Amino acid sequence: MDKTQNNKAWFLVLPVLVLVAFSAVLPLMTVVNYAFNDTFGNNQFFWTGLEWFEDMVTSDRLHNALGRQILFSAVILAIQVPLGIFIALNMPKSGFWASLVLILMALPLLIPFNVVGTIWQIFGRVDIGLLGHTLAAMGIDYNYTNDPLDAWITVVVMDVWHWTSLVALLCYAGLQSIPQAYYQAAKIDQATRWSVFRYIELPKMKGVLLIAILLRFMDSFMIYTEPFVVTGGGPGNSTTFLSIDLAKMATGQFDLGPAAAFSLMYFCVILLISWVFYTVMTNLDREENR
Amino acid sequence: MSRITLSNLAHSYLTNPKSDADFALKEMDHVWDDGGAYALLGASGCGKTTLLNIISGLVRPSQGRVLFGDRDVTDAETTARNIAQVFQFPVVYDTMTVRQNLAFPLRNRGMDPAYIARRIDQIAAMIGMEAMLDKKARGLTADAKQKISLGRGMVREDVNAILFDEPLTVIDPHMKWELRTQLKSLHREFGHTMIYVTHDQTEALTFADKVVVMHDGRVVQMGTPEELFETPAHTFVGYFIGSPGMNLFEAEVSGSEARLGGVSVPLGAAYAPTTGRVQIGIRPEYVTVSDEGMPVTVKRVEDVGRHRILRAELGGQPLNAILGEGMSIPADPRVAFAPDRVNVYANDWRVAPVDIRAGG
Repeated sequence: MDKTQNNKAWFLVLPVLVLVAFSAVLPLMTVVNYAFNDTFGNNQFFWTGLEWFEDMVTSDRLHNALGRQILFSAVILAIQVPLGIFIALNMPKSGFWASLVLILMALPLLIPFNVVGTIWQIFGRVDIGLLGHTLAAMGIDYNYTNDPLDAWITVVVMDVWHWTSLVALLCYAGLQSIPQAYYQAAKIDQATRWSVFRYIELPKMKGVLLIAILLRFMDSFMIYTEPFVVTGGGPGNSTTFLSIDLAKMATGQFDLGPAAAFSLMYFCVILLISWVFYTVMTNLDREENR
Repeated sequence: MSRITLSNLAHSYLTNPKSDADFALKEMDHVWDDGGAYALLGASGCGKTTLLNIISGLVRPSQGRVLFGDRDVTDAETTARNIAQVFQFPVVYDTMTVRQNLAFPLRNRGMDPAYIARRIDQIAAMIGMEAMLDKKARGLTADAKQKISLGRGMVREDVNAILFDEPLTVIDPHMKWELRTQLKSLHREFGHTMIYVTHDQTEALTFADKVVVMHDGRVVQMGTPEELFETPAHTFVGYFIGSPGMNLFEAEVSGSEARLGGVSVPLGAAYAPTTGRVQIGIRPEYVTVSDEGMPVTVKRVEDVGRHRILRAELGGQPLNAILGEGMSIPADPRVAFAPDRVNVYANDWRVAPVDIRAGG
């Protein structure tokens, strides 16, 4: 290929690079700085090497937060993915109702995170909340501020309410791309409803479904605002997920060193998982186009 | 296998059809004989696919009944009708292998695995895919996929009918010919009722014993290829079948003579007086060009290889004629029509002659 090599083009990227450097790379470097040093203020730093990392890797507190985090992500994926597919399969395919349902489904996605948290915080309150008060009136002992299980249920239901639409809408888009002839052929072949799902709908949804799972995993693994507004990580530490724990450590206790080490490891984990997902997805694509 | 009867059938995609124009299929009564090979021929949007989907049960007609043999299946689901259908674009189950694709309709009906294996081998041989049976269907080319669809359509032996909805659109021309021949021999061998939708007249005429020509939601003629060629029942059939189509001229017909702009044209038979718009139709094959007859203005001559086509005007109306091998066009070209090949139309429909003269 006789392509003209012209490295001057790199200059066009320069402004963006400078911006990103100031907004992301340099702040990240200060985090790196904190992770390997100890400081008592006045810009005095003492080299600590990997001490903070060792502390964090062996910390029970972090292990517990990680455990809760994995459980939370697993639970919401286990609910949102099947539920999203189920909703997508049952959404109207065209006409007025299709538009209406699409708008209704999109609404939760448009609400800012802290507003979602506030909505559910009030909704679930036993004294004034519609949900909490109704449950109390029915004689159900529900109180997300006292009972860890109730707190978990509230946070999970809130996340399902907030994000299932995303999975459903992505799957719906996948389903819409299936030509009518496929369903007709399946009828002619006397395929069962399950076969239609297994051999027609699921293969066509696979690509978007993987993206949905990736997005939902990333988002849930980094979740902070909503549970923080509702439960503040409580009762006790029962809904303290990784981000909440990190924020507590860094801005609550001012343990900048451990928090910096923690956030670097957190960042690497998320990067690693995203990379694995990306690789799996591109491999599937390649297989598809083989 | 059974006879298919369409009784008083009509269909509209609107819920409250008001006029005739709202109907995709106008009212019709037709009987499709058991074991016949039919072609449904017509331009795009004339209702061919709608009719096919009504027979297979994918579409429920707005009015009328569909009968298989003596059984009324109007309200029966597609699955209950035991029909095979092949669609215009390939439908394959991507995640399955070719073998699983072919086995799918049989497996869903709980057939014996040994029988399925045997049957798949037969079908694979027929569509020429023995070597690819264990490949995933996903990576195959469009025509290989369509062959799988054809194979899936033919894999069941006990179907009431096999319907083809322009199945060869995506297939390579040379493969088209081969597959069509195979379909034909398959028909002879197993005697399934086959209905083949197409807008390609060659495909229709080579495949079918009987061709059903549709126009604007109506079946305008059902007949053998010869009948369609010699006595088109509707001007559309005359125009649609043949290359180029039939020549049509506004004329006045009285008895066994037509008057075409002051010139007399002899007809092969006598006709009763007709009302409305009267036309006479003559195939380009039956127009003789010489220095006798009606004067024409030559526009151009097209060489299509096998023969040449004369494009001309007769009394201001276009006329096509097929020129024989090595024939030259006279300086003052004139045309004559073979009298017994002239058909008379009133308001686009063919008028039957009163009596046929001996010797014609």
